[in-house]
Amino acid sequence: MKNESFKLLLPLIAIGLCCGADWPQFRGPLTNNVATSDAPPSKVDQESIAWTADLEGRGASGPIVVGDKVFITSTTGFKEDQLHVLCFDLKTGKRLWERQFWATGRTQCHTKMCVATPTPASDGKRIFATFSSNDVVCLDLDGNLLWIRGLSHDFPNASNSLGMASSPIVVGETLIVPVENDDDSFTTGLDVKTGIARWKIKRPRVANWTSPSILKSSGEGETLVLLQSNDGVDAIYPQTGETAWQYEEGASRIPSTTVGDNVLYIPSKGLTALVPGSSSEPPKVLWSEQKLSPSTASPLVYQKRIFTVNRAGVLTCGNPENGEVVWRLRLKGPFSATPIAAANHLYLVSEKGLLQVVQLGEEKGEVTGEIDLKETILATPAIADNSLFLRSDKHLWKISSK
Amino acid sequence: MMRSRFLLCLMFLFSSLATLQANDVEQDIAQIKQVQKEGQGNLAASKAVKQLSQADASALIPILSSFEGANPLAVNWLRGAFETIAANAIQQKKLPVDQLEKFILDKSQNPRARRLAYETLIKVDPKAEDRLIPGMINDPSVTLRRDAVQRLIDEAKNLEKAGKKDQAKKIYQQALTGATDGDQVKAIVKPLRTLGQKIDLQKHFGFLSDWMIVGPFDNSDKKGYDTAYTPEAKIDFTSAVEGKEGKVEWKSVNTEDDYGIFDIAKSISAYKGAVMYCSADFYSPEEQSLEIRLGTPNAWKIWVNGKLLFARNEYHRGMVLDQYIVPVTFKPGKNVILLKLCQNEQKESWAQRYQFQLRIARPSGTGVLSQKPEATTQLSP
Repeated sequence: MKNESFKLLLPLIAIGLCCGADWPQFRGPLTNNVATSDAPPSKVDQESIAWTADLEGRGASGPIVVGDKVFITSTTGFKEDQLHVLCFDLKTGKRLWERQFWATGRTQCHTKMCVATPTPASDGKRIFATFSSNDVVCLDLDGNLLWIRGLSHDFPNASNSLGMASSPIVVGETLIVPVENDDDSFTTGLDVKTGIARWKIKRPRVANWTSPSILKSSGEGETLVLLQSNDGVDAIYPQTGETAWQYEEGASRIPSTTVGDNVLYIPSKGLTALVPGSSSEPPKVLWSEQKLSPSTASPLVYQKRIFTVNRAGVLTCGNPENGEVVWRLRLKGPFSATPIAAANHLYLVSEKGLLQVVQLGEEKGEVTGEIDLKETILATPAIADNSLFLRSDKHLWKISSK
Repeated sequence: MMRSRFLLCLMFLFSSLATLQANDVEQDIAQIKQVQKEGQGNLAASKAVKQLSQADASALIPILSSFEGANPLAVNWLRGAFETIAANAIQQKKLPVDQLEKFILDKSQNPRARRLAYETLIKVDPKAEDRLIPGMINDPSVTLRRDAVQRLIDEAKNLEKAGKKDQAKKIYQQALTGATDGDQVKAIVKPLRTLGQKIDLQKHFGFLSDWMIVGPFDNSDKKGYDTAYTPEAKIDFTSAVEGKEGKVEWKSVNTEDDYGIFDIAKSISAYKGAVMYCSADFYSPEEQSLEIRLGTPNAWKIWVNGKLLFARNEYHRGMVLDQYIVPVTFKPGKNVILLKLCQNEQKESWAQRYQFQLRIARPSGTGVLSQKPEATTQLSP
């Protein structure tokens, strides 16, 4: 490998090395909803609950796992203006520490979501917690404060009266924080060490709840970040925020783009498969298929298949090469949490708190286990330590093999 | 003799160390308070917060005291250090509980610092809630006051259930004097009205209910938001001006809604692609820093005495009480408020609201009236 190519690959290698079997951000290490080295239980029942930790307030953000610690965010207070970052022991569920901060931006939200909706992210050494108020808190793994930014404090018209939900991601030394809304709409790349902006780019002025995805482009071997909006998808360089290429056919503002085998699956015109572009070539559409249109949950590519969940709670399995439907399975929905995958199984948790495990077959999917956690769950779960981690407002659960 | 000298030396050493730490704490706090927007001062603050977090429990009260005058970003940095020190102090059973309680009871201290002191104290002394909260019904701290109001609401509900209506009414009345959050006010007003009490909620909250209004002006393709129509240059209630559909004149409107909502769509017309200007006067006995608290599902701009205070180009993302909070300094005497309210052309059923509510409040949330209040529900400062 040439030195230059190796340098370009470094950020992605860093993601893999620092995280290992961690689940360091929304939709996992590569933001593709897949755990490659863990095998959570394939058959679950109430006895699969390894531990339950009590929580307070509200929280629709997912848990993340770094080493032997589980991190989540939540909010308390009548106005949800108390921002919490909590840390739990992976093995026992014991609360190790908790830190609180005050929101410096607006905390108004739609009643379904809450101020703690963005899932935190980690680079393996630091925790980056963002909130609907656009406060960004950076702590070390022991809860010591490293830095804070108040992006709505700095830019008072950066807010959404329905609430902000986009989760940040870390690529190399940059924390990418989307602050996309109807008025002062932007995405910024913050230096992970200081919180100071490396770059800040204007974004379409329309409310947007999608989260960035990571793309390793095959052509130039460089890691790019995909920003989805009402206008389409912009592939940007994480170090500079400069645009590499654009898909301009419009896209959803809730489910986010997923990457599988170097192809983008964009919630656009139903679902659109896209071969990435480059600095010299535009991206190429492979197919668009309305039957694979996702609802709130983002699509998932796993084992040469594409999966989406629609508003009626139907899981659809498609062929990623042509968009043809392979099989369908009606589940008990509705779903806000994105499905995640490991060890030939999909894990889907409904808004009513029903975790359903689907074993994948060539011609069909089969539900092999359920746990009714009996609480509203909107957060996408995490996979680590051969276990699942789920959270509601009131509880954080670890689901393991007996 | 030797022993005495040794003890003296030891005392001197401890005293010097304590002075050194106090100096360090003050320097670290001062450094943290330098943080500004866009990460300015973050590098230095990051070093300072790391050092400060290693201080012992004696740093807790100085940190709390330093909240006063600190910007909201600095307050969060200081809180980060405070919580680390407090967590260690609790573990070592060295939390200065008496000093914390004294700090909580000192109403001249920063309200958020007092709340943080309270939340820290009740971790080791849960009974402090019963001891401290009942006396906080008119506290400057929004959250301490909220807790005190809630206790009274609960007490009144129990009295009501027990059939003690007169006593319940008195407790509800007491609770109302401190209530500013919408949910608590509703929980108080409904039973109070059932018990025969008349309540002027507009006055309680400080809503402006009498407005002069003119329009519509053109907002096709949302272009009116950035178009300065005549009222932005001059407010003249006696002159007709050119509007979207010809000459338009200012007219007087009023709302009797409990929460001060003036509904343009229902009371005037369900305009689409329109701009309306609304003006009201607010009389202040002296120069005072207050807040304009606005709720609207429409795009808006607001001026006070001709100065643009804030603008928000967002449509149909809901409307709630105190949706937007805009700090304002009113001059003594008459102040002219001008609100520009824009409706877009969306056709969905959920995108038809054209309304607003606007109140004047202190940062604590208590309503402020522009004239001498007539009702008894006006809150104390």
